[in-house]
Order: sequence, then structure tokens, then C-alpha cells
Amino acid sequence: MSGGHSTYTPKSGIGKWIDARMPLPRLVYDSFVAYPVPRNLNYAYTFGGILSLMLIAQILTGVVLAMHYVSDTSLAFVSVEKIMRDVNSGWLLRYMHANGASFFFIAVYIHIMRGLYYGSYKAPRELLWILGCIIYLLMMATAFMGYVLPWGQMSFWGATVITGFFTAIPLVGEWIQQLLLGGFAVDNPTLNRFFALHYLLPFMIAGVVVLHVWALHVTGQTNPTGIEVKAKTDTVAFTPYATIKDAFAMIVFLAVFAYFIFYMPNYLGHPDNYIEANPLKTPAHIVPEWYFLPFYAILRAITFNIGPIDSKLGGVLAMFGSIAVLFFVPWLDTSRVRSAVYRPWYKLFFWLFVADAIFLGWLGSRPAEGAYVAMAQVATLYYFAFFIVIMPVLGLIETPRRLPNSITEAVLSKNKAHPAVAAKV
Amino acid sequence: MSAEDTIEPSRRDFLYIATGMAGVVGVGGAVWPFIDQMRPDASTLALATVEVDVAALEPGMSLTAKWRGKPIFIRNRTPEEIEAAKSVPMAELKDPVARNANKAADAPATDEDRSAGDGKENWLVMIGSCTHLGCVPLGQQGDFGGWFCPCHGSHYDTAGRIRKGPAPENLAVPVFQFVSDTKIRIG
Amino acid sequence: MKRILKGLAVLSVATVCAFGASAAEEAGHSAAEPTHFPIFKPHHESWSFAGPFGKYDLAQLQRGLKVYREVCAACHGLNLVSFRTLEGLGYSDAQVKAIAAQYEVQDGPNADGEMFNRPGIPSDYFPSPYPNTEAAAAANNGAAPPDLSLIAKARGVERGFPTFIFDIFTQYAESGPDYLYSLLTGYDQQPPEGMQIPEGTHYNPYFIAGKSLAMPPPLSDGQVTYDDGSPETVKQYSHDVAAFLMWAAEPHMTARKQTGFSVLAFLILFGALVYITKRKVWSEVTH
Repeated sequence: MSGGHSTYTPKSGIGKWIDARMPLPRLVYDSFVAYPVPRNLNYAYTFGGILSLMLIAQILTGVVLAMHYVSDTSLAFVSVEKIMRDVNSGWLLRYMHANGASFFFIAVYIHIMRGLYYGSYKAPRELLWILGCIIYLLMMATAFMGYVLPWGQMSFWGATVITGFFTAIPLVGEWIQQLLLGGFAVDNPTLNRFFALHYLLPFMIAGVVVLHVWALHVTGQTNPTGIEVKAKTDTVAFTPYATIKDAFAMIVFLAVFAYFIFYMPNYLGHPDNYIEANPLKTPAHIVPEWYFLPFYAILRAITFNIGPIDSKLGGVLAMFGSIAVLFFVPWLDTSRVRSAVYRPWYKLFFWLFVADAIFLGWLGSRPAEGAYVAMAQVATLYYFAFFIVIMPVLGLIETPRRLPNSITEAVLSKNKAHPAVAAKV
Repeated sequence: MSAEDTIEPSRRDFLYIATGMAGVVGVGGAVWPFIDQMRPDASTLALATVEVDVAALEPGMSLTAKWRGKPIFIRNRTPEEIEAAKSVPMAELKDPVARNANKAADAPATDEDRSAGDGKENWLVMIGSCTHLGCVPLGQQGDFGGWFCPCHGSHYDTAGRIRKGPAPENLAVPVFQFVSDTKIRIG
Repeated sequence: MKRILKGLAVLSVATVCAFGASAAEEAGHSAAEPTHFPIFKPHHESWSFAGPFGKYDLAQLQRGLKVYREVCAACHGLNLVSFRTLEGLGYSDAQVKAIAAQYEVQDGPNADGEMFNRPGIPSDYFPSPYPNTEAAAAANNGAAPPDLSLIAKARGVERGFPTFIFDIFTQYAESGPDYLYSLLTGYDQQPPEGMQIPEGTHYNPYFIAGKSLAMPPPLSDGQVTYDDGSPETVKQYSHDVAAFLMWAAEPHMTARKQTGFSVLAFLILFGALVYITKRKVWSEVTH
């Protein structure tokens, strides 16, 4: 996967024999041992590794849960409870999987924000960024279908509402919805296909992750300065430097994850999902899982018709648009400078955007009434303005701070400025 | 080479080894639930009991009940069958142990220890699963008039003892008891 | 240029803050016609199973089971709970068998193809008081009493901002039993003047989905006899049955918290080791 020249030299006879036939050890060595990474990466750059770990953990817990789960509307809810009560370590595996989805999203949001802050999407990493967006889309689809499987009230009504989005599409909407559901409402055919797809999609994610890592290893990592690697002194070897740092970050992340699994396993879930699905009774407040809340708020913010587009279609378009806009970020940002570190104004708008996204998430959990709707409209406006107005305009008018000549220079000058820190680090 | 350099590697090695060991322990601990979940779960282990009414069984008749997912043969044997089983010298038995969960583990495979016991010797209760590879033997067939497994040709006699063929053990007798004269509780 | 940008930024921050503040004052309440339920937030009770070292109080669970069997079971099922799991309440094998045998369980079909009733055995589940949901609804004016197996996890009153953030650090996970306790003890309150209570329902300001509910006050002082000298009051009954229902919904909670302690202790130690190793590895690189 490495774009550079391979430095792998097999020592043993067996090593040479394998290398001549299928150089997998060489690939691993070049990609995860000798692969050069910028020496100034901070902990925000450890989330790629954490995400790989979470994907593996979700696939493993998911496969064993599938050994006990039954995808039939009359048995699904009970089979999940059987996992929780009777299966050995079943409660642990199920809580790991359910909370794992949330922590997967926590990690992916930090990863995306890191990319937006340090300009990781800018040339020549556009494809890397787009592959990441595809992974994110697949994750959302997987998480949504997985949430339907326990067949609780939120599962059922979440599936009803989300498949209902498609009815907003003129002419073919209804047809698409029936295609997704396999019927006229969420029912057994829906549950069965969602189970099949929920099992399939993670492996597709794993496939796109391979492409994502491949693309990364062709261009190399960005770094907090945003300056490309120029000399060997700018980098360190992936192993042991990045490996041990990633390992430490993973353990800290796992500790927080474990805290939720063992002490607050239902904190991130919704109580209504412990009530079996009832197609005749909708819960008073239906909300998606927390990681979809910002998009849910955007959906509900469009309460007015826009020309020929009615508010229903408008909401759905806005919601899909809020994700689609991510794909265009590499071209929306017109700045010559990559990293926010040297862009004081972008930095401000970026943090405002983070606050806005969190605010939208909170609004998504509120009922769609009164002041909440107006607030959601303002927050939605800023969400889109950040990408469509601020990014292109700011790049043209902002005066960036002076850039260092190289990563090494940046590192050395930082440590000269803070000698105490230099001694410590 | 300063003095510090020579001490440093050993301390460092210790640190690396300790960290590596802790990692191995962690991975081992994390793997356990994934294996643990494969064991039979609590509802499966909860010993289900089955009660079977045998009032309608005349001598020479059998019935098959289901217990823990396996067939249970219950046979009211004819006096001839009992006689045939009793007349077999112990030395001729391929498996000399009773394999009766209601008796001691080393009880001999006499006809009495294979059957429901004193006064109920006509009753034979067995798990109908060939001790070779688990097929269901056919009743009143084979060279010894007992059971015959069509999969690989094991012959059992009228007391369910293996006499010929690849099966290593007599057909197992499950835990059971007569709760009344006409009712058997298995399990 | 800079000024315009700065102005814009300040303006947007201000807008967000202003809206945030306006959100704080919720839509106006009127005592007689409340729009948000429950009218009162649940009490915070003290539970033996709360916190990182929480454990079920087995004597309390046994009392709670007694309350369930003698009171709640008349209308509410517990059909995900098996008798065999009552060993988790501290009962012996023989006691579990005896409890199970007190229930009639439908089995069959027998050799004649007919269903029959027999005494329960440990592998059976608590039978429902009604043959199906429709029968349950028909017997209760159209409102089927919910099954209680998961009720302690299926009811959670919203905590609101910023309490829900503090909850992470205080490990507050007892909103279910708090709600059940508050509901069961909340019938003695009088509705505010002018409030209309629909016929056949009972005012309870702690009810999560309205001002009144179809379930009549189920408990009264002295209704259930306790053998261990605990007070025979509605408060004590409510407390015990709420704890029992938490157990019914989450029977492995004690094991979960104990496992969690070992896992976290290990991760902290391992994390410290890895951190020291990381420092060693990076010691000769300025970064």
C-alpha cells in the first residue's frame, strides 16, 4: 500500500520463499512498520486506528450475536432478551454491540472534525476524503438497519419514519418505499432484509476502509501544520512510534467505552426500545439514535415550501444535502493554506460549526414545536452557510499567518519557544 | 558507552515485556466472552423434564418420546426378550458397563441394571441415539432382535446392549423414574 | 473587512445564545391543563444497586417478588422471567421448585392431541394472567396492562439539559425504579383545582403519559404480609417491588458491575504501562 520504495528485506529462507510468491509480509512491513508518518501528529490523528478497532469489534460481536438472534417479528424481541438473560456472556456482547455503535460514531465524528480542522481533504487527498464520506454513509445505513433488529418500539417507528423519507420523492417515491419495505408497512419482510443487509454492509465498509487506507498510504498523512513532508527528518517510522501512540489512545478510548458498557449501558439508548414493536401505537416522542439527531433536526427545520418543492420534500432534500455537501468540501475550500492552525478566521468559524452541529443534535431530541423550530432553522442555515459560503469566501479573503518552511522547523521552533515543554516531551 | 547506557536496555526490556504481557492478558480476557457464548445457554441447561404416559403399552410395544432434542425409546418387553437378554454371558458383551444414569457409573451391564429394575424388568428406557455417530437405530431388527442402526450397521440386543458393529457403548439410559405405575418422568 | 467578519461571528454567536436562553424557559405551564408529562419529576430514591459497586439486596428482591405475586400478578404478566432465574434472588433449588409448582402452566399437546395444565417447573416462565393481549384489553376497559418483565428499563423520564450530562459522571441509571416508586406512591395526591380527570382513570402526577392512568391505586398499607419485619407500608411495598422489577429487567446487573470494575482496573494499569512505553519510545524524538 505504500507509495514509496520498499525497504523490506526478508532474512530467513522461508521469508524469501514467501516473498517471491506472495509478498504479504512485505505489504504489512511497508504499510505498518516502515511506513513514514509525520513526527508532529497529535492525538487527534489516532482516531483512524481507533475506528479500525471499533469496526473489528462491531463485526466480531455482531457475528456472535447473529448466532442467537432470530429475525422474525414474532421472535426478534424475545431472542434479544434471551441473549440478555440466558446466553453466556450474552448481556456483555449485546451491550458491547449496542454501545459500540455509539462509540463508533463518536470516533468517526472526531475523525471527520479533525479532517475539517487540519484541511485533510485538500489536494491531493480528495479521493481519500470521498472514500471516507462513503464509509460514513455506509455506517449510517448499517447503524439504522441494526437499530431495527431488536424490534422495539423505536426500532419499528424509526424504520417507518426513515423509509417514509423516500415517499417525498415525486412519482417514484411510493414505489421505492415499498421496494425497501417489501410490503406496505414495516413488517417481517422488512426485518429479514434489514438483518441480511446489516450483516452484509460492515464487510462492505471493511472493503472501503482498505481503499481508504490505500489512498492514505499513497499520499501520506497530513499533519497539524498542513505542510507536506519534505525530508526524512520530517517523519518517523510507523512502528514503533505511531503504533505505540495509537495503542495508548485506543486504551483510553476503550476505558471510556467500558465505562458505558458496564455502568451506563442504556444511557445512550432509548427506554421505548424495551417495549416490543406495536404497529398500532406510536410512542409520544420518536427520536433517532443520538448520532442522527443533527440530521433529524435539519429534516424538521424545513417547515415551509420552497417554490415548487413542498416542505416534506424540502426537509428530506436538506437532510440528504447536509451529508452530500461533505463530498464537495475539497472543492468548496478555496484557501491555499491547509491547516486551521494558520487560519485564525477559519478556526473561529470551524469551532462555531462544531457548536452548531452539537446544538442541532440537541434540537433534534426536542419536540418540533415553538422556539425549537426557529432555532433549528437558524442552526441549519449556519450548517449550510459554513460549507457553501464561509469555506469558499473565507479562502479568498482571509490573511493566513506565516507558515513554517517545514515540519521539522515547526517542531523545533515550537520546542524552542517552550523549552520546558521540549524537555518534557 | 556510559554506565547509564548499559543499565537502560535491561530496564527498557523489562518495560516492553511487561507491556506485551499485559496486552496478551487483555486480548485473552476479551476473547473469552466470544467463546463462552457458544456453550449451551441457561434455558437449554435448565433440565427440562418430560412425563410420558405408558398405560397403553402392552408387552411387545414401544413408543418414542422426545427429551432434550433426542428420541427416547420406551419399550415394554416380552418375557422372551427378557429371557434372551438374561441368558447372554457377561463375557460376550462388547461393553460390560450398564451405561445407566440411574445406577453407579461402573454398574455391570446385566439385564436388571439395564432395565427399570426390580419388578419393572419389562421396562426398558433408553436414549435412542446410536453410540457410534448418533443415528436413530431401528427397533426389533438386527442379528440380536433388539435394535439395529442402519447408518453403519451396529446391532444391539433386547437390552439395548451393543453386540456387533462399530458402536463402542450400550445405548444410554437417561435419568428417569416411575411417578406412578403408568407414568414415567424422564429427566 | 476584518471588522465585518468579526461582527458576523459575534452576531451568529449571539443569535445562538439568545435562542438557547429562550429555550430554557419552556412553554408556559398551567396547573390545570399541563402539556408536559409527568407533571412532577420522579423522586430520587436510594437503591442498593446504584453506583459502581451496587448490588441487589436479596431480601428486598424476595419481598418485591411477594408483592408482585400477591398484587401485580393479578393483571400484569412477567413472561420473560423464568422460575429457574429466581435462584438469583437467593432461593434454593427446592424453594424455586416449590414456587414454580404453585403456578398452573399449559403444556401439550398430549398423546390425544389435547393441551393440558400441569404444575409449573423451574424451566417454565411466569404465566400471563390473560391468554392474550386482546383478552387483557377487554378485561380492563380497553387498556391492556403491560407485561412487567422490562418495565424498569422501558420507562425513563427525560432528564433534561444539563442534568443528562451530569448523569454520566454520577452514574445515574435508576430512572426506571425511581419512576415506578414515584408512580406507585403518587396516587395520594389531589388534582389541582379545575383539572378534568376522565372517568375510569386515576390522577397521578408522576404518570409518564398523561395526568391520570387507568390503573387504580394497587397498594394499600398492610396488604402484603412480610415475614422479615419490614414495615408493611405502601412506601416499603413500592420500594421493594420497584427493586424486584429492576432485577427482572436486568438480572445480571451485579455481575455486570463487578466485571466492569476488573475491566476498568485492567485498562487503567495497562494504559499506564503503554503510556510509559510510549514515553520511552518517543524520548529521543522531538515532536
